[in-house]
Amino acid sequence: MERSSWASDDVDIEHASPARVYDYYLGGSHNFAVDRQMARQAIELWPELPLIMQANRAFLRRSVRYLVSQGITQFLDIGSGIPTEGNVHEVAQTAAPEARVVYVDVDPVAAAHSRAILAGNQYADVVQADLRDVTAIFDNPRARRLLDPTQPIGVLMVAMLHFVPDEAGPASIVGQYRKMMPLGSHLVLSHATHEGRPDQAGSHTDLYRRAGAPLTMRSRLQVETLFDGFDLVAPGVVFLPLWRPDSPADVDDHPERFTGFAAVGRRG
Amino acid sequence: MNHADCEVFAQRWTEAIVGTSYVAMGRHMLARHLLELTHQLVEGFLAAEFDPSVGRDVGVAMVEKHFTGTETLKETLALIAEWLPGLSTPAPPGADVAGRVAQLVGSLAAGYASALRERSLDEQDAIYRAGLRARRQAEQALAASEAKFRAMFTEAKLGIGIGDLEGNITDANPALQEMFGYTREEFTRLNVSSMVHPEDAASVWEVYGELIRGERDHFRMEKRFNRRDGGEIWTDLTVSLVRDEGGAPTYQVALLEDVSERRRLQAKLQYQAYHDPLTALANRQMVTERLDQVFAGPVSQRRVGLCFLDLDGFKVVNDSLGHDVGDQLLKTVASRLTRCCGPGQLVARMGGDEFLIIVEDTGGEADMAVLADRILSALAAPVRVGGHALTVRTSIGVVERPVADTNPADLIQAADITMYQAKAGGKGRYAMFDQHRNASEVADFTLSATMVAAVARGEFYVVYQPLVDLGQGTLRAVEALVRWRHPTLGVLGPERFIRLAEESGSIVQLGHWVLARACEQAKAWRDAFGDAAPLVSVNLAPRQLHEPSLVADVTQVLADNGLDPSRLQLELTEQSLLGDDAGPLTMLTKLYGMGVRIALDDFGDGYWNLPDLRRLPLRELKLAGSFAAGLQSPCNGVDQRIVRALVDLAHALDLTVTAEGVETLAQCERFQAAGCDTGQGAWFGLPGAAEQIDALLRGAHPLCHREAL
Repeated sequence: MERSSWASDDVDIEHASPARVYDYYLGGSHNFAVDRQMARQAIELWPELPLIMQANRAFLRRSVRYLVSQGITQFLDIGSGIPTEGNVHEVAQTAAPEARVVYVDVDPVAAAHSRAILAGNQYADVVQADLRDVTAIFDNPRARRLLDPTQPIGVLMVAMLHFVPDEAGPASIVGQYRKMMPLGSHLVLSHATHEGRPDQAGSHTDLYRRAGAPLTMRSRLQVETLFDGFDLVAPGVVFLPLWRPDSPADVDDHPERFTGFAAVGRRG
Repeated sequence: MNHADCEVFAQRWTEAIVGTSYVAMGRHMLARHLLELTHQLVEGFLAAEFDPSVGRDVGVAMVEKHFTGTETLKETLALIAEWLPGLSTPAPPGADVAGRVAQLVGSLAAGYASALRERSLDEQDAIYRAGLRARRQAEQALAASEAKFRAMFTEAKLGIGIGDLEGNITDANPALQEMFGYTREEFTRLNVSSMVHPEDAASVWEVYGELIRGERDHFRMEKRFNRRDGGEIWTDLTVSLVRDEGGAPTYQVALLEDVSERRRLQAKLQYQAYHDPLTALANRQMVTERLDQVFAGPVSQRRVGLCFLDLDGFKVVNDSLGHDVGDQLLKTVASRLTRCCGPGQLVARMGGDEFLIIVEDTGGEADMAVLADRILSALAAPVRVGGHALTVRTSIGVVERPVADTNPADLIQAADITMYQAKAGGKGRYAMFDQHRNASEVADFTLSATMVAAVARGEFYVVYQPLVDLGQGTLRAVEALVRWRHPTLGVLGPERFIRLAEESGSIVQLGHWVLARACEQAKAWRDAFGDAAPLVSVNLAPRQLHEPSLVADVTQVLADNGLDPSRLQLELTEQSLLGDDAGPLTMLTKLYGMGVRIALDDFGDGYWNLPDLRRLPLRELKLAGSFAAGLQSPCNGVDQRIVRALVDLAHALDLTVTAEGVETLAQCERFQAAGCDTGQGAWFGLPGAAEQIDALLRGAHPLCHREAL
């Protein structure tokens, strides 16, 4: 256990976990009955969810490739969830074989599974931690082994910060990460929003709140605020499919259906 | 094989299934991947030897790329079934086209289904194993944290006890066992309620009750406990309530630090702050606080008494027998005093050989007199110290007053002053405070205490009285006399403060100050009037004659002002020369030798020792004012003859004679007739400022005319 404090984190598989629900949205089977039940309810309310998740996943893939093209070869993926097709280390190491990736997730099952998947990959590892324990994450021996604090880093918070309520101060948390990021580092962020499909947002938020993982949807302006101290990379904060698509054909006629914002910022 | 056909098909396929499954590929990559699969399918479909397992391979490959959606399979099968039969390249002759399509589609579905089943089972297996691993790690971490806690519990220097909500002690760490002297087993048979100490404040158990009921989460206090062996320990106790996840109280944890030693030290320091280490009596601090308490209450009929004791001749004991004997003596006196006193009476050592007894709620002075007598008789028996039998005598000042009439400081001062009265009254006795006597003594004390500061503040000044040559009628000398312009009491004459100054010793500073002022004035006159300037006559107190520096001081003052010693006269009284000490006479002889005139003042008022006149280094006799009174008309022939005899005697000893207290022309004429050299008194002029002497010297005022002065 990374958080070597007095009490251990409870391993709760009686309740749905965002990481495993996400896996189900993507067609995976790394999930339990409670996760599937929750996911099916969500899809019933909002049939596009799997598509949105795929778009989010596709954004992750494109952004990692973009970062590698900018010379970034080390990544910290916060809220990495259950590893599935197109993981950060696969994408990054395809482009740059010695790219280093540290996954961080608070879910002990996700972390344990990630560790099993990554066994034998000397350039990728997992830290189980809460995203708010910024110092603990950077000081963790597994992270220190892989990350060079003097070199630019890619910090990924993909579909992560909407699980951080306003009162927990998401901007201040991002600020703490920024202080740890050398110049030239990048922040990759995607975030659920009610802009685009306000009709769906309410019931969806309710469902997650009932499941114990409350969602805070944010506006474009609020998402932009999270990039304080970063220079937004073109095209700025946009709906998921619009961020540097591979081909124009990949862009749906109604990108606003993909109710998530995506953006990348550079620390200059 | 028709490549164009395949590309068209792959494109349609891509459009049909994009978004139906999550694959880690963009649309372009997806189309390329599907084109490969299309080639495989077409190849298999057109093969001379048809093998339907090509379909299975394609289904498996799709699942490998994470095509896991059922929609994907549905769209794929429909497209293949529709498209394959219409290929531009025909199937081999004789082939069963419809059969081949059906078999390929079926095989692809079966491959897809079985690969998906395998993949799902693998993933399920992986996630369950991850769950188990996570749980095992959590359990290990829990065990590690429990081991840490256990180690802390066992090794802590702090006593730790755990109890249930009924107060049953369920565990106690070794430090707590050590602290109380119970084994762990004995502790587990105890209940918190049995840990009551008889002197616990009621609040201890009130807050404990609040804690158990969940109304507070912890409390901290200093509390006493009894050890198993009956001993007592003081602890700094913190009790905390532990709640379950739902917030319901579940058990209590007590942390105890043994602070007995600190409490003992505090008590010791407290004791030391209020007690005299030698005699273990209360000290001055305790006296102050006790009296403050007595006076703090509401003004009532309450009375309070003090005995202020000072041992007579204690210094002699210390000096001759040593401090150890002195200390033993003080300890014995302390214990005898303690035995004289009962409840409501505090015996204190104020320092040195001074003791004070405070008696609260007295009924009157008689109560205190009884106590003072008891003390005197208790101290009457000799004290045996190291082979010496010491007789202790003590002087006691007793004061007894209504609380409403006084205050602690005045009360102690009154007792102190009264003690000195007892000493002055003959020692070995007590004196009862006398309020009127006290008032004048307090006034004297105040004057005496402020005198030195008053000199520095310039409150003193010097006046001058003429001494007139009876033959010539000229100013021969002036006597310097000191006055005190007191800020509240007005101008005070020497009779009010010289005695006090002699008692306190400040006469030395004051006398020197007068001498210096007078000599400065003499110089001023000398500068202004030359040989017509008068001699300056300054009084010398007996105490000054015992100052070793007197001769040097006089020499210095004369030098400072460039005065010839013969221009200075020092007046002293017979009293100055009484006693066995040869010092004053030696001093006078030196001054006389320097040329300073020495005058014997008030001659005739005291003890006449005519032969002494001969051995004394004198220049002048000043006849006391009583002679002038005798020469007042109608003239008494006897007095006239006595004066003449004295003057003759003085002249025989080569002394000049000044008559003091001359107030009338008749007196003046009779002293003149008796042969007196000079006269002084109201007839010639009252003491006045130096300017009045200036006027005389300038001849502005006729001498021998009192109205002029």
